[in-house]
Amino acid sequence: MKTLLRFQLNGREVAFEAPPHARLLDVLRDIAGLTGTKEGCGEGECGACTVLVDGRALNSCLFPALEADGRSVVTVEGLASREGGLSELQQAFVDEGGAQCGFCTPGMVMSAAALLAENHSPSDDEIREALVGNLCRCTGYTQIIASIRAAGERIGKAATQ
Amino acid sequence: MSEEHFIGVETARPDAPDKVSGRTQYVHDIAVPGMLWGAIRFSDHAHARIKHVDTSAAERLPGVKAVITAYNTPEVRIGFLRDNFALKRDKVRQYRDEIAAVAASDPDTAREAASLIRVEYEPLPGVFSPEEALVEGAVLVHETDARGRPRADNVVPVRFAHHSGDIEAGKRASKFIVEGEYTVPLIQQSCLGTAGCIASFDARGNLTLIAKTQIPFLVQRDFNKALEALGLEGRNVRVVVPALGGGFGTGLDTHAYEYIAMLLAWRTGQPVKILYNREEEFAYLSPRQSATSRIRQGCDENGKLTFREIEVVQDNGAYTSWGATFPSVMLVPATSLYRVSNISFESKIVYTNNTYCQAMRGYGNPEITWPIESSIDELAEQAGMDPYEMRLLNCNQPGETTPMGLKITTCGLKECLDRTAEKLDWGTNRGKGKGVSRGFGMASVINVAGGGKIYRSDGSGIILKLDDYGNVNVSYGGVEMGQGLHSALILTVAEAFGVKPDQVVINQTDTATCPWDVGTHASRGAFMACNAAVMAARKLRQRLFEWAEEIYPQQVEESLTKARKHNPEFREPEFDWRAAASRDRFELADGILRVQGAPDRPELQVELGRLLRAIHFRKQGGGTTFAEEAFYEPPTDLPDWERGYGNMSATYAFGTQGVEVYVDEETGEVRIVRLVAAHDVGRVLNPQTLRGQIYGALAQGVGYALYEEVHTDKGRVLNPGFTDYKLPTACEMNFPIHIELIETNDPEGPFGAKGVGEPGLVPTAPAIANAIYDAVGVRIRDLPITPEKVLRALKHQRAGSPVR
Repeated sequence: MKTLLRFQLNGREVAFEAPPHARLLDVLRDIAGLTGTKEGCGEGECGACTVLVDGRALNSCLFPALEADGRSVVTVEGLASREGGLSELQQAFVDEGGAQCGFCTPGMVMSAAALLAENHSPSDDEIREALVGNLCRCTGYTQIIASIRAAGERIGKAATQ
Repeated sequence: MSEEHFIGVETARPDAPDKVSGRTQYVHDIAVPGMLWGAIRFSDHAHARIKHVDTSAAERLPGVKAVITAYNTPEVRIGFLRDNFALKRDKVRQYRDEIAAVAASDPDTAREAASLIRVEYEPLPGVFSPEEALVEGAVLVHETDARGRPRADNVVPVRFAHHSGDIEAGKRASKFIVEGEYTVPLIQQSCLGTAGCIASFDARGNLTLIAKTQIPFLVQRDFNKALEALGLEGRNVRVVVPALGGGFGTGLDTHAYEYIAMLLAWRTGQPVKILYNREEEFAYLSPRQSATSRIRQGCDENGKLTFREIEVVQDNGAYTSWGATFPSVMLVPATSLYRVSNISFESKIVYTNNTYCQAMRGYGNPEITWPIESSIDELAEQAGMDPYEMRLLNCNQPGETTPMGLKITTCGLKECLDRTAEKLDWGTNRGKGKGVSRGFGMASVINVAGGGKIYRSDGSGIILKLDDYGNVNVSYGGVEMGQGLHSALILTVAEAFGVKPDQVVINQTDTATCPWDVGTHASRGAFMACNAAVMAARKLRQRLFEWAEEIYPQQVEESLTKARKHNPEFREPEFDWRAAASRDRFELADGILRVQGAPDRPELQVELGRLLRAIHFRKQGGGTTFAEEAFYEPPTDLPDWERGYGNMSATYAFGTQGVEVYVDEETGEVRIVRLVAAHDVGRVLNPQTLRGQIYGALAQGVGYALYEEVHTDKGRVLNPGFTDYKLPTACEMNFPIHIELIETNDPEGPFGAKGVGEPGLVPTAPAIANAIYDAVGVRIRDLPITPEKVLRALKHQRAGSPVR
């Protein structure tokens, strides 16, 4: 048995048939074919599957797909401009060395996107707080935090110009 | 003065844009047409005879394509001792033993079918620690060896030892001697991307394996052997490596799940994917060994080290992976960290019914530097010396040959010690902990940094190929697992050949297109790849310049003709470019060919792509395309392991880490206030990725020191997930880190660089433990240093009883 699911995915209206027990992560990866969102643990501990639902960062591995009905979902694929250019935040991750193996990166970027949407100049502790649900084994977080700090500065500067 | 354009310049990684936008493909993201999903039925006992396996219910489940066991497939052996099997027959020796496997149309069906397989066992008593396993008459984990000869005990038959000088004379010459027993826990590599592979056969019996591996060519060798077991002699294996999602040593062996995917693909004639989830990764993938070391060290009245004696016992678990050979690397610090002339090192690797272990970053070095560097502090205290002074007094020197026969070429250890002390204001701060619970500690590292010879070749091949547009395609058989190898390699190729980094493209690692490489381990990736690249680039330049003698003048003539026609202010160059056009006068930089001494005019410069096209499409006599191969084999020896002697690396990295901690005496909690990491890196290739390696290694060192442990009960993993296995988060890594990069310009290194992958996590734990001692006067000897252990030690201290 499948249920029809309609929501906004990266700015476009979409409709998918999904089994009732499907997680939002399954719909994104297996049905919508957006594999940028990663499954690192499947139990909401690592944050690799973080997406934005109505602007809030949450673990798509714990989020029932049916709950997304009628909402707006943004994945890492939805941050870049249509021509494939990177967002300020993504570019900052590139410039500051925020990605190593890259598996946690989409989740890190999405958690950071939610933070920066509310706060352009977060302190390092505020950034750490926002990343507490995102595990990284490669970077030790230093360059991730630097990336988010730099992105905040750029976004803030652009906003005041 | 170097004239380098790209080496040492902060540069963004080439793989970063895809990674930040979710485009990078990991094995998790790859599906191939007709693909089935595999799932494994693991053992329910740590040690038992298999009496019966009933697969009928699994076979009846709709969607199931095949169910295999050891009873209906050929025997496939795994590991360098051949003591492991893809599927187990007769007996299981650990909880994670693979008894059967299923291929089905989707992963849920495959897992459900695996759970429907009924196994009858006859449980056997097990041995769950080396102590239990070494007791006379203990149950044998393996009754026979791979050749069927009866085994007498549970000791793994590989020996790593070293005895040099005269230990007894060393003891007699000692004014102070300390002794201690130190332990390290079982920990999980914790790659964010879990283990997985896709196996597929062509109709002729050739296997393609998309593998999460660090050793594609050893995988090819191992699987070619496995094909023989299937009766496919002469068929070949192609290993393709996607983006890894973290390696950290998990890719240094071939794994049962990979052979099971092969068997399922062979049985069904369809591609089969097996992907572990996080719980399976924790419970069924090999972790890093636990080990116990007993160490005795002495010094004379001046603090000069007089002897060092170490015995290590390592819990191997039920089977033998390359990780069992950790003591081969322990030999390096045991014999060569600081100058000690009388040394004894013995190791014992013991089979138990625990989960079998494998490699992890540092490979034995953190395990043994932990006791050595803790014990140096204990010795300094006995001798009434500042531990920093004791380290300086016994510091390694450039040009020395150590008792293991390691030839130390460049050595920045003294600078590392000095900078660490300076940055921490050591002289003022240390030793003031009592009362304020604040303390300072340091520890050092020696690590192989020019390969680590553990196999008959420690070499790396590379191919540089030019296209018609001036781009360089690089085929290198090592693995970019996140560490930044490709970044260093691109800068090196750009620098050594003479193009812009954007013109260098690294091909996917694939045994079909890349030359042989022993594997990406031992901090060797960038050192090997870049050395090979420099050699190949030299050959490529040479051949290109030979061709340019004919083609360059034609191209210049063409440009001048055009300029004469279109530019009214044209003046003939006052330079004899025809005479200058010789192979020893060409210069290639930023993708532009020039001749030395020529005036800076565009007509006298030829863009590389244009030159290459002119050569390719040359009318008279035919043209050519360009590709050059080079194989770099470092000037090292394969050590004699039983003697513990041989120069296994072309150069060695040194480093010192210093840390300030605050210990909460009420809760036992240790808070890191700041950390200094001074590392002799030879030469910085890309500061961004180099720092990234050190920051990341430090976090793993902090995790090892304070948080991480896989808990087991009679062989069963009790905390198979991130909920109960504590990795440092951004909130734990909340202290300032100061990195000092010491450049010693190693003559064997590419542009002077040394390998940097592992050293950053090696001295972290002893530096922290030494700081804790400085803060509150308790010495913790077993990792991780949890609040419970600190509190217990403080309680003992208050009661006036010795700690442990």
